[in-house]
Amino acid sequence: MDTSTPDPAAPGAARTALLVLADGRFPAGGHAHSGGAEAAVKAGRIRDATDLAAFCRGRLHTTGLTSAALAAAAAAGVDALALDEAADARTPSPALRATARKLGRQLMRAARATWPCDALDALAAARPRGAHQPVVLGVTARAAGLGPEDAAHCVAYETVGGPATAVVRLLGLDPFEATAVLARLAPELDQVARRAAGAAHRALAEGTGTLPAASAPLLDITAEAHAAWPVRLFAS
Amino acid sequence: MHLDHSHDSAMAVSADAARPDGTKRALRIGLGGPVGSGKTATVAALCRALREELSIAVVTNDIYTREDAEFLLRNAVLPPERIQAVETGACPHTAIRDDISANLEAVEDLEDAVGPLDLILVESGGDNLTATFSKGLVDAQVFVIDVAGGDDIPRKGGPGVTTADLLVVNKTDLAPYVGSDLGRMARDAKAQRGELPVAFTSLTAENGVKPVADWVRTQLAAWSA
Repeated sequence: MDTSTPDPAAPGAARTALLVLADGRFPAGGHAHSGGAEAAVKAGRIRDATDLAAFCRGRLHTTGLTSAALAAAAAAGVDALALDEAADARTPSPALRATARKLGRQLMRAARATWPCDALDALAAARPRGAHQPVVLGVTARAAGLGPEDAAHCVAYETVGGPATAVVRLLGLDPFEATAVLARLAPELDQVARRAAGAAHRALAEGTGTLPAASAPLLDITAEAHAAWPVRLFAS
Repeated sequence: MHLDHSHDSAMAVSADAARPDGTKRALRIGLGGPVGSGKTATVAALCRALREELSIAVVTNDIYTREDAEFLLRNAVLPPERIQAVETGACPHTAIRDDISANLEAVEDLEDAVGPLDLILVESGGDNLTATFSKGLVDAQVFVIDVAGGDDIPRKGGPGVTTADLLVVNKTDLAPYVGSDLGRMARDAKAQRGELPVAFTSLTAENGVKPVADWVRTQLAAWSA
């Protein structure tokens, strides 16, 4: 019997799959990335938990929303290659495009080992150097029996969880405070995930052009500078 | 969905012995150990000793710089296209054990770019005595300690000292100056490791890396058999 597919008829059947996929220990390379936090710490824009909260909120409502919608659309069944192009169009920084594809390739490896399926194989074959990470995440979520809103939640959470962990390492910030920042952002995360899932359903009917294209220019600019630093702890 | 599905398009998964095109991949050997014990110097010496007979590449896991990669480049032990640096987000052990994806990418990229390769050396960032490599990343691992770090390290044990396929005790030339008892280190290592081999090296001596290079040749012979 194939036990890898959750029974979609059972409510909450895929909840554990969501936990596995959203877990920071899922081996998909995220631990080496700060989501722009390393550059913000160096520039003095993040010094404490209050700054971290502001940084995370800004990232969540900009690149977070855009990425979550791409992931939700992939989970809803929108063509992954069209979404990969849409992701390129929404990522003006070459450094961040490279990062997204690198992380997408790393996620693809973990996903094919954990939820093997033809859709992941097809995307890996079409983009051997990596598709954008949110697109891979959406296809992975679908393979795991998860829905668009689940995929959006994963991406939204990662958008803020990555910087929070990085700031704990970079500043020695109290880990309880950093986690409290994430907990207080939870209602906004839920809201962003719902918006992203709504946009994904619209994209299913009207195409990828309708997906959100919110961006954070300062994150784009500092990502370019960070990529050229000779000494850094995080890859991005 | 099939868990027994063949996933051979586009990439191999972790430790698969075959590359996507069906050819056998290079033997991967990890080198770990505390900061300053001589991992990079050992990698450099191995490259010099073996590069005429083997096609070699190196992955470095610098903690916060590209210094290890640049040391190897500066000393011209291999052409630059055969050396790749991986960034580890302040957690060198995570990159070699818990989440090996960036290192797997690096070894695959090296095989694609400069292959076919016989041997890929994966050097960990300097870490603590518990750092070991995942079997999904390397086929065998070397743990490098040195006599100046204290001659009680073999007695203290830990996963690196106890389980590494080869324990290297480096800088034996310094033993008299730092009061380290090599006999004691050998006895303690034997007690911790049983039959697993230990190599005492002094890389400042002529062909000082020979015990390690010979061990690598043995590993490679077994891998190619």
